[in-house]
Amino acid sequence: MSSWLIANLWLVPAVPLAASLAILSLANSRRAGAVALAIVGQVAAFILAIAAFLPTLEEPGRRFFHNFTWFIFGEHAVRIGWVLDPLTAGMLLMITFVGLWIFVFSKGYMADDRNFCRFFAYLSFFSAAMLGVVIANSLLLLFVCWELVGLASYLLIRFWIHKPSAAAAAKKAFITTRIGDLGFFLGILWLYGSTGTLLFYDDGKGCLEGAGLLAVGASATFVALLIFSGAAGKSGQFPLHVWLPDAMEGPTPVSALIHAATMVAAGVFLVARVYPLFSIGAVDGVTPSLVVVVWIGVITSLMASLIALAQADIKRILAYSTVSQLGLMMVSLGVGGVAAGIMHLLAHGFFKALLFLGSGSVIHGCHHEQDIRKMGGLRKIMPVTFATYAVGMMALSGVPLFFAGAWTKEEILHASAHWPKSPMPYYLMLAGVVLTALYMTRQMIYVFYGERRSGSQHAHESPPVMTRPLMVLALCTVALSAILTPAWPWLHTYLSGEHAEIDFPRLIQPMLFVSLGVVAAGIGLGAVIYRRAGVADPFEQKFPALFRFLENKMWVDELYAHTVIALSRTAALVSSWMDRFFWDGLVRVVGGIGRMFGGLSAGFDERGINAGVNGGAAGAGGLGRLMSRFHSGQVQLYLGAVAVGVVALILFYAWLT
Amino acid sequence: MTPTLQLCLLISAALFSIGLLAALSRKHAIFVLIGIEMMLAAANLNFVAFWRFGPEPQNPTGVMVAIFSIAIAAAEAAVGLALVIAVYRHYRTTNVRRLDQLKG
Repeated sequence: MSSWLIANLWLVPAVPLAASLAILSLANSRRAGAVALAIVGQVAAFILAIAAFLPTLEEPGRRFFHNFTWFIFGEHAVRIGWVLDPLTAGMLLMITFVGLWIFVFSKGYMADDRNFCRFFAYLSFFSAAMLGVVIANSLLLLFVCWELVGLASYLLIRFWIHKPSAAAAAKKAFITTRIGDLGFFLGILWLYGSTGTLLFYDDGKGCLEGAGLLAVGASATFVALLIFSGAAGKSGQFPLHVWLPDAMEGPTPVSALIHAATMVAAGVFLVARVYPLFSIGAVDGVTPSLVVVVWIGVITSLMASLIALAQADIKRILAYSTVSQLGLMMVSLGVGGVAAGIMHLLAHGFFKALLFLGSGSVIHGCHHEQDIRKMGGLRKIMPVTFATYAVGMMALSGVPLFFAGAWTKEEILHASAHWPKSPMPYYLMLAGVVLTALYMTRQMIYVFYGERRSGSQHAHESPPVMTRPLMVLALCTVALSAILTPAWPWLHTYLSGEHAEIDFPRLIQPMLFVSLGVVAAGIGLGAVIYRRAGVADPFEQKFPALFRFLENKMWVDELYAHTVIALSRTAALVSSWMDRFFWDGLVRVVGGIGRMFGGLSAGFDERGINAGVNGGAAGAGGLGRLMSRFHSGQVQLYLGAVAVGVVALILFYAWLT
Repeated sequence: MTPTLQLCLLISAALFSIGLLAALSRKHAIFVLIGIEMMLAAANLNFVAFWRFGPEPQNPTGVMVAIFSIAIAAAEAAVGLALVIAVYRHYRTTNVRRLDQLKG
């Protein structure tokens, strides 16, 4: 059974893909059919994911793979395949499970949308692409699915295409990630050039195993950094993070599915997948490429936390918090805490989907109001949303003991505290944790506490189809912490291929108090600052200039607009000018020469050949007119002519003889 | 007066000239046909004369050609008359001066 499933692991993404195609072939009015197909596809994928998960439990750290030849090109056989290891199995479970509840939520959230069926087709397609990324045992297959993920995100962000901002955001997301992907693709080519294979694991011949890694050798740093550029694009790392907040233009379930739980996870997943390339030749767990990963992660994380502090759009705050959490995961990977990073990724998938769906519920309840300054007092009107949102918020902030995010964040802090290179990331991460708690408290107070403001006057609780997924995800966020604690670090050991042992005294660690302290500081600070907050932000009143700076996303977009975009625009103008004047002029000159020859030829035709032909024709015509006079139709005249001719012939004959 | 070759040829030439004159000058298509038949008869007379006064009068070569020619002439006259009738039906005339549809 298990070997059959490993050989046919492709079924996991194939099922949602088939569902997507089936939905696309449905009429637009078959809403129930579309939902049923999408959810059945996702449930089937989830069941398959569980079936795939079971064999990985039997032997910790065991890695299954199945490779085959895709096509042969000359002497090169391109082989692809799928791999099943704890990383894949964990991701499969998270994507299919979280995705399933997002699908259910979407049924309620998108109920009034005209293109309801298409939405579910795209969601299923996205899910399929993401599952493809996860199971790929070949960098090529991974890249193909990676690009499909990009396509799906493009389609979903621009789903409300009638909004120009949505269309622009989709383009921005697509182009920005494409910049990263260019580097990724170069990395793939480089890797293929030096190892001759793109398979990750192939009985010791893959590019992540002994011989392959040796073949990469010194160029591994460059290959790793190029691949990281793709990961940075997809995971919204600085300086390619600009697309992620704008992508909030898509419907909220899309934000939950793509821009919180799964797609942005692809970058972190990719780094974890090709981690051997990053860590090869490590001294003390430090390589140049890992140092880059750490610092990019630190910068991204802090920057996004700061920006989130000054945003007013409920989804944008969550978007920046996603960026910040992804930075955190990158730091974790960079400092060597691969398992911690992936654990945070999995836990984050749950609680960030919960938060996004919660924000979707709030937006739905407030009749598509997204400005938190216009909300307020929703605690009593939307009790379920409030309670589940609070769970998500506490998990994200890292409130210890009962919430999944806290344990994983603690693991990350733990890993970064022991980074031999520099203690700075650790302290900056602590600052980031404070900031996270602060902006989440701000958001909670604005949305759920205080007076009801303009946007929340007619608010209502969302229907059960939307609140149930929230409850399930909230429950999972809490329940998940059972396998994350240091007392029974099951997930950690599962990911790193060891056996977990229960050891309750380990629960109490110094790090627990550190994180308790910083989270309490963040939430307390937030409560003090925003307790009496009105429409005007207290932080804005205190530091207007700083607030403006953060509100405008540190002017990164403007910086890009005036550098990269301006440069490409200038290049476009120069090209246009070159095209119009230089190349066009050249074409005109060549064309002129042609015209000249044409004119000469035409003149010769006109005066030489035509005149001759005309003259000949006129002569023939005159002769014809003359001769036609003899052609009178009088038979006897003809006969007479014959007679004259015969007489003439006879006379000629007589003269000859 | 015994018939000689010269006499025969003279008669034949006269007959041919009369026939030609008739074919060229008469307006009625039937008379034109008769003129043509006369020219044909003149030619037949020449065949017979050259055979009768030729080196081997014992072999009936010339007369055989004449008989063939007369047979063909009969067929040709039938075709010619049929043509005249067809032309008459179409144009309601047999005047060859007015049958000038062949003019260029």
